[in-house]
Amino acid sequence: MGETRRLAVTVNGTPYEEVVEVRLTLADFLRQQLALTGTHLGCEHGVCGACTVLVDGLSARSCLMLAVQVEGREITTVEGLAPSDQELHPLQQAFSDHHGLQCGFCTPGMLTTMVEFLGDNPAPSEREVQEALSGNLCRCTGYQGVVAAVLDAARRLREEPMDGTR
Amino acid sequence: MSEKISPSGAGRLEDPALLRGEARFIDDIAVPGMLHAAFVRSPHGHAAIGAIDKTAALALPGVHAVLTLDDLMPHLVTERLVVGLPSPSYRQDRSRPALCGDETVHVGEPIAAVLAESRYIAEDAVALVGVDYDVLPAISDCRDALAEGAATAHRGAKDNLLAEFDMGYGDVDTAFAGAAHVFAESIWQHRGGSHSIECRGSVAIHDPVNDLLTLWSSTQMPHSIMRTLVEMLGRDESRMRVVTPEIGGGFGPKLVVYPEDAVVSVAALMLGRPVKWIEDRREHFIATTQERDQYWEVEIAVDQEARIRGVRGSIIHDHGAYTARGVNIPQNSAESLTLLYEVPAFAMNIRLALTNKVPVTPVRGAGHPQATFTMERLLDRVARELGLDRAEVRRRNLIAADKMPYEKPLKSRGGARILLDSGDYPACQQSAIARAGWDDFPARQQTALADGRYIGIGLANFVKGTGRGPFEAVTVRIGPSGKIHVISGATAIGQGTKTMLAGIVAARLGGDIANVTVTTGDTAAIALGLGTSNSRLTVTAGSSAHIAAGKVRDKAIEVAAHLLESSADDLEIVGSDVRVKGVPDMKVTLGQVAHAVAGTPGYAMPGGVEPGMEATEHLVIDQKTFANGTAVAEVEVDIETGGVRIVNYVLAHDCGRVLNPMIVDGQLIGATAHGIGNALYEWMMFDEGGQPLTTNLADYLLVTAPEMPPIDLIHHESPSPLNPLGVKGVGECGVVPAPAAIISAIEDALTPFGVHICRAPITPPQIFALIEAGRDGKTA
Repeated sequence: MGETRRLAVTVNGTPYEEVVEVRLTLADFLRQQLALTGTHLGCEHGVCGACTVLVDGLSARSCLMLAVQVEGREITTVEGLAPSDQELHPLQQAFSDHHGLQCGFCTPGMLTTMVEFLGDNPAPSEREVQEALSGNLCRCTGYQGVVAAVLDAARRLREEPMDGTR
Repeated sequence: MSEKISPSGAGRLEDPALLRGEARFIDDIAVPGMLHAAFVRSPHGHAAIGAIDKTAALALPGVHAVLTLDDLMPHLVTERLVVGLPSPSYRQDRSRPALCGDETVHVGEPIAAVLAESRYIAEDAVALVGVDYDVLPAISDCRDALAEGAATAHRGAKDNLLAEFDMGYGDVDTAFAGAAHVFAESIWQHRGGSHSIECRGSVAIHDPVNDLLTLWSSTQMPHSIMRTLVEMLGRDESRMRVVTPEIGGGFGPKLVVYPEDAVVSVAALMLGRPVKWIEDRREHFIATTQERDQYWEVEIAVDQEARIRGVRGSIIHDHGAYTARGVNIPQNSAESLTLLYEVPAFAMNIRLALTNKVPVTPVRGAGHPQATFTMERLLDRVARELGLDRAEVRRRNLIAADKMPYEKPLKSRGGARILLDSGDYPACQQSAIARAGWDDFPARQQTALADGRYIGIGLANFVKGTGRGPFEAVTVRIGPSGKIHVISGATAIGQGTKTMLAGIVAARLGGDIANVTVTTGDTAAIALGLGTSNSRLTVTAGSSAHIAAGKVRDKAIEVAAHLLESSADDLEIVGSDVRVKGVPDMKVTLGQVAHAVAGTPGYAMPGGVEPGMEATEHLVIDQKTFANGTAVAEVEVDIETGGVRIVNYVLAHDCGRVLNPMIVDGQLIGATAHGIGNALYEWMMFDEGGQPLTTNLADYLLVTAPEMPPIDLIHHESPSPLNPLGVKGVGECGVVPAPAAIISAIEDALTPFGVHICRAPITPPQIFALIEAGRDGKTA
């Protein structure tokens, strides 16, 4: 093992104290060391957006960050979105209702990106949603169902705001 | 069965786990003691390989092995992946090796595998493996490859002609000799890569106690990998299992058997440790198969009324360096070229050229978009030359609905009839152009032009052979738990296969989709399977599921009749119960029924029935069922930049009976996005030495959300007579007409500049150059 460092980080509300290699990416830390495999790697060069997680509520490409950079931060991954085992986050539910996912591989990054976006812009236009999605590649859906899902989720969240959503 | 089949409420069975991040994809599999593989890959299009020096790599802490072909050979019966579909047209056998021997023939070809404690260390070690290369002349362009005296893609080969065949019917010479008009076009088309957002991967685990080798692979065809590896490794079927985890998109290239599948399997056996390899995106660009270039030289002969008399020409197809699938893509192209229209005479010559590039195999559409583009470009040309409306030219030539089923005098690759089984092509076109405002468009175009805006409209008809047989295997079984288990050789790659199968089976067995489990993509679960390709699963697996579920239903009722001492005619299955109609309390559960036929030692079977509550079906359907449709695209072109914006897009389609409207819409819209990419963005570029130039997703562009126009879908439902569900395939259909419709619209928008486009994709710089050339032409 190469040079290591101690890392204290909170992921989905759980505090972790881990020893990490300094070159380990945040994505590999989450996936391999914490076994949170919901965050997916599609390109590892920052274009596809599948690996997007929230760092202190702000979206970030976990393939382009090192694990050591999140010392003391709070991370939210796709595993941290649903309020319970029985219930999905309104955005997740809307994705299912509007067929906003097919293979589902890009979906975690879309969900985290859109959680941040809807926090900033609770009543977006269709065009604004499309622009906000432009950094997330999907090969299955053609995006139409995704856009419909985000617009519907925005409506649901306006009617019934969620705790823990920025 | 006329009702739509979908789970109660919206959404699919697959969704919750995917949305929670709990689904297990190939890279999510982690096993104690697992080693990670990284590959030394060729940096050259063509080179002889000399000595390979492993010393420095092996000295790196954490590295367990560096394997070359020599190291693998003691464990292999053959080093070649013999996977080519049969065809009499091959002139050369170019099955690819598990790893390169003394020659590499494309950039990205695997030469050695490093096995290490982590992927990080494995990649460090890859850089330390020394390979002596003697660079050889490479051939990149498939037209050059077939020229006299061209460098050969493989050392010592006579030439680069991989295969050649002719296709056709009728008296073409007479058709052309007597024609009022003959028009010729030279067309280049390029398809690019699949770029599923999940790349490929394999995990192999050897259980020494049972001597069972399990390969998890992100494949569309686990049974096909199984067959290939059983041959290569000399193992028998009872000691090998191939399993498909959740797949993050397939789109064609994941149907291929890859060298990495073989290497990872052998490495797990050699090292006695589980081995994992996960492809990164750069590897996907250089080592995953693609669908690239076709060059068409075509002519169309028409009479004075623009009725087609004949079509003839030739295709040169870029095959890449090896046969990883077969001659199927250009075969599809030539076969489907004339299907929509009354074409009395037809002749095509098809040549496949070996090049020093990664092999070509199907990407969503598999040769059909190229055929559609060619035929529709020819008809646009006829319309322009004769001063006719483009839709009218097609109307005069489309096969009329009352002629269905319509047999074309052609045979599929396996010798099956090409029978257009159902559909109303003229009605489909009419619905699309009506929705798109086709007839009003010239007036709108004039108004826009007066404002200095260049808008255009284009249409394209297509037909797509789907549901390729001969069968897909499905077992339906009710367990003593009362659960209905569906097991299929089909593979779920994101298209909703599990929801489709569960919906069909539930409709026959009580209607409660929550009571159904679905297992796909596991060679240990079902003996036969052809997997996912060619928009085939709802037709093949869906039909087998429907029939198997019907057999299980009949048996459940028979056994329940015995248990309830009532007549089978009086029973129905509702939810998890078999009950007497009108007397809901007189019932047995499906679990009790299954338990009754599971047997009790020493006691007779109830009612004397055969043991077990299950049925396996492999409905054989050799003919393809043909889906069709019409796309109309409206675009606006910025003449200052060459940029194209798709303003509106109508797709009228007919995939037979629609079982799950939400999934059908999703397939059509998603495939249309891919087709828009093929029209405007996706271009896998190589230099003259076969060096790939676009190897990341910033250089090679996929369509993103803002580029997507609203997709307006119109559904026609002409049931197929070829299967009990009346369904046709849909997965690839959307991609097929998109380049043809969009590029027709661009050409229409640029009519003032006399622009003629015979290529796809077309990018802003090229459009801008055509506009400039048009301006020069006008001023000259």
